[in-house]
Amino acid sequence: MTLASSYDIVVIGAGPAGLAAATEAAARGLAVALIDEQTAPGGQIYRAITTTPVRQREILGTDYWRGETLVAAFARSGATHSPRTTAWAVTREGEEFEIGLSKDGAAQLVRAAHVILATGAQERPFPIPGWTLPGVMTAGGAQILLKAAGLIPSGATALAGSGPLLYLIAAQFAAAGARIECLLDTTPRGRWRNALGHAPDFVSSPYLAKGWSLLRAARSMTRIIKGVENLAAIGEGKLEGVRFTTGGRSHDIPADLLLLHQGVVPGINLSNAIGCEHRWDATQACFTPTVDEWGATSVPGITIAGDAASIAGARAAEARGRLAALHAACMLGHLDAPQRDAHSGAARRELKRWSRGRRFVDALYLPAMQFRIPSGDTVVCRCEEVTAQQISNTVKLGCTGPNQMKSFLRCGMGPCQGRMCGLTVTELIAKERGVSPAETGYYRLRFPIKPITLGELAALPQTEASIDAVVRIKR
Amino acid sequence: MYKRLPELAASNPNTRLLAVTIDGKPFAARDGDTVAATLLAAGLADCRTTPVSGSARGPFCMMGICFDCLVVIDGRPNQQSCMIPAHDGMQIERQQGARVVSLAPESVAPESMP
Repeated sequence: MTLASSYDIVVIGAGPAGLAAATEAAARGLAVALIDEQTAPGGQIYRAITTTPVRQREILGTDYWRGETLVAAFARSGATHSPRTTAWAVTREGEEFEIGLSKDGAAQLVRAAHVILATGAQERPFPIPGWTLPGVMTAGGAQILLKAAGLIPSGATALAGSGPLLYLIAAQFAAAGARIECLLDTTPRGRWRNALGHAPDFVSSPYLAKGWSLLRAARSMTRIIKGVENLAAIGEGKLEGVRFTTGGRSHDIPADLLLLHQGVVPGINLSNAIGCEHRWDATQACFTPTVDEWGATSVPGITIAGDAASIAGARAAEARGRLAALHAACMLGHLDAPQRDAHSGAARRELKRWSRGRRFVDALYLPAMQFRIPSGDTVVCRCEEVTAQQISNTVKLGCTGPNQMKSFLRCGMGPCQGRMCGLTVTELIAKERGVSPAETGYYRLRFPIKPITLGELAALPQTEASIDAVVRIKR
Repeated sequence: MYKRLPELAASNPNTRLLAVTIDGKPFAARDGDTVAATLLAAGLADCRTTPVSGSARGPFCMMGICFDCLVVIDGRPNQQSCMIPAHDGMQIERQQGARVVSLAPESVAPESMP
């Protein structure tokens, strides 16, 4: 659908948070546009929910098909959906925001009184030796191939890492009939002791039953090797094997596909570039935007919903999407505060239910230091091919933070704009300096947050003032 | 590396196929697949070499954030293959190093600028 020039609310990201936010806001009578990069709604968790070629529903599981309900409600809501559209800037223009978009190779600007960021999560960088080799992918990437294209691993495949998603993916592959050689679990031995304090909360949460059935499914289909350390991808030009140690003994196994997963972290490129305040979250070992109970950020008019605010999973994201929309409706004068609060009861109860047990999961699966802070020749910045050793050496020269590191090494300055290295660079510098990640800080990100061509930018409508600003020689 | 779910095998009459080329060689892509999925289904793990060291890379994240799956599509370099659906007649080329900057005929020569 063609976008209008202005909306009450623009929602960025069509995962559970964005779908729920757009649906709720439209139901309150607001003009809403939902902007999303993918061809179909669903985000990554419900990726290809309306287009998946997978017909046997048990392969992807009931949690996945929940997305159908969300998308159906959104389709009836009257909100505008703009798929295959990249949002690359959000700037304040007077009382409104101007959102820079790119669709089918053409840029355009859309205005909104309020912007809800629902940009979701990404897999945490998992820098091990050889992780840039073809044949090494994120486990989430392989799951996307299953959901969107019905592709399953067929050769010598290893899964490696930690966290519930790794076991979910193993169980989905099992249901799809894929053979996995082994699951290399990097969860540190004895970690459950740290998590034990949060166990009562977990036991009474919906995650216990889910976790148990996933473990059972994964165990039935593959060999699970626990306490994995010193993981490396081996090969010349492409992946040929995986090396690791367990219990002090080294192992080499042949593999043509290694799927890595070390949990997920909020996607903060947009909120960071907008200038929202962020802080270091030691529990999840990542930076998160500072938000209130509605998702409102330090920038008035910018609200964040779902995993982009902090990792809490799909069902919590849905509830937080509704809360963000109610808050935005209140800010725009469509609801007063008592009405907003009265409408938020169900979403608050859902959020409480689906937040229970998360602290246990966070404590159990916090990635081990050796998989967050690499050393030696291991590539940290995949785009500019900067190694851990180069970063350590540059700290010794007196470089104190990620932004200065850009000037020295160009790390974080490639097309991914720090998404694959930012957390690693922060934690590596912090370790070398003996200070906290909070003190070290993160990359200062700038627009455009996704690469766009100069041609796209130049084709935007220009004001006299903007032309005067760049054309030095007057006609 | 990857295979299609049995219910989607190419012999399934419900699967619509697209005629694409990969580095000039004809290949049948499944309608609905991204270019990256097409490459992986064709058994190709690598899709480019890097501008920095010339090392091989392949699709990594499949969600548009890592930029490792860049290829040349219908002559346009630096295209994110995981974000672009395949279409009939599409010419896919693995990208060698940095993109080649070619000036289109209508490009303005520096001396003719205002």
